[in-house]
Amino acid sequence: MFVAKINVTLKESVLDPQGQTVLRTLHDQGKNSVADLRVGKYIEMKIDGKSQLEAEALAKEICESVLVNQVIETYRLVVEKI
Amino acid sequence: MKVRVVTFPGSNCDKDVGSVLESEFGAKVEYTWYKESFSDTPELVVLPGGFSFGDYLRCGAMAKFSNAMDSVVSYAKKGGKVLGVCNGFQILTESGLLPGALLHNRTLKYICKDVDLVPVSENSIGKEMKGTLSIPIAHGEGAYFADSDTLERLEKNGQVVFRYKENPNGSLHDIAGICNESGNVLGMMPHPERAVNPYTGKMDGKQILEALLKK
Repeated sequence: MFVAKINVTLKESVLDPQGQTVLRTLHDQGKNSVADLRVGKYIEMKIDGKSQLEAEALAKEICESVLVNQVIETYRLVVEKI
Repeated sequence: MKVRVVTFPGSNCDKDVGSVLESEFGAKVEYTWYKESFSDTPELVVLPGGFSFGDYLRCGAMAKFSNAMDSVVSYAKKGGKVLGVCNGFQILTESGLLPGALLHNRTLKYICKDVDLVPVSENSIGKEMKGTLSIPIAHGEGAYFADSDTLERLEKNGQVVFRYKENPNGSLHDIAGICNESGNVLGMMPHPERAVNPYTGKMDGKQILEALLKK
């Protein structure tokens, strides 16, 4: 069994109003050393695959067809054996 | 004149648009549940507004994986006319029938109000309309986004169909509606079906639906 850990965030070129709102609140609290903040989502997916390579290939395919809209989002994928 | 309206779990404007097309334009409306396919060639297919699949993951993202959408894609590729309103527009971008994507409104607020739309295109149904149209919007994720190359291509090809006079949501290039390159697929965030009947106090949506049905 494998677990795919996927972090999805808006691309750098896309304005992230959620992130900007949180950042503004932190600055209002005087935490001005926080230079930037982006809000994204974390997806965890368990895969009953035969090999690491097979699980990684399936996870990547699912990311790019379903979980991520590559027009606006980017993702980081890590697959671990459990 | 036959029109198909596709209903997804969470669609809530399907009956609105269907009843308007029936009562105001005499269309014969058939509703297609998302699990069903179709292979006929109606005058128009409508993807209505609402919250398909609860807007989970992303607006419109789940709807593209349905039998009905497979039929819509093949119908559109054969030149069939498709109108996507609000969530329908989001589904059209997610399914790749239209370029770009819809993001959260810049203010992060859900906006429900009348807006002034300027029909702009020379090459699409926009040219059928005159003056500014007052049409309601009701959305939380309606800010149109596309990369700069895509925006340039849309402008160059005359695919921008409607612009907001005063941008309510942060859409790039004030875009409220676009069509595909061949002009048979139109997606727009404002709801023309809510401005057709004098009881609603607005009639400007009629021009849009009329132009779509006759083009």
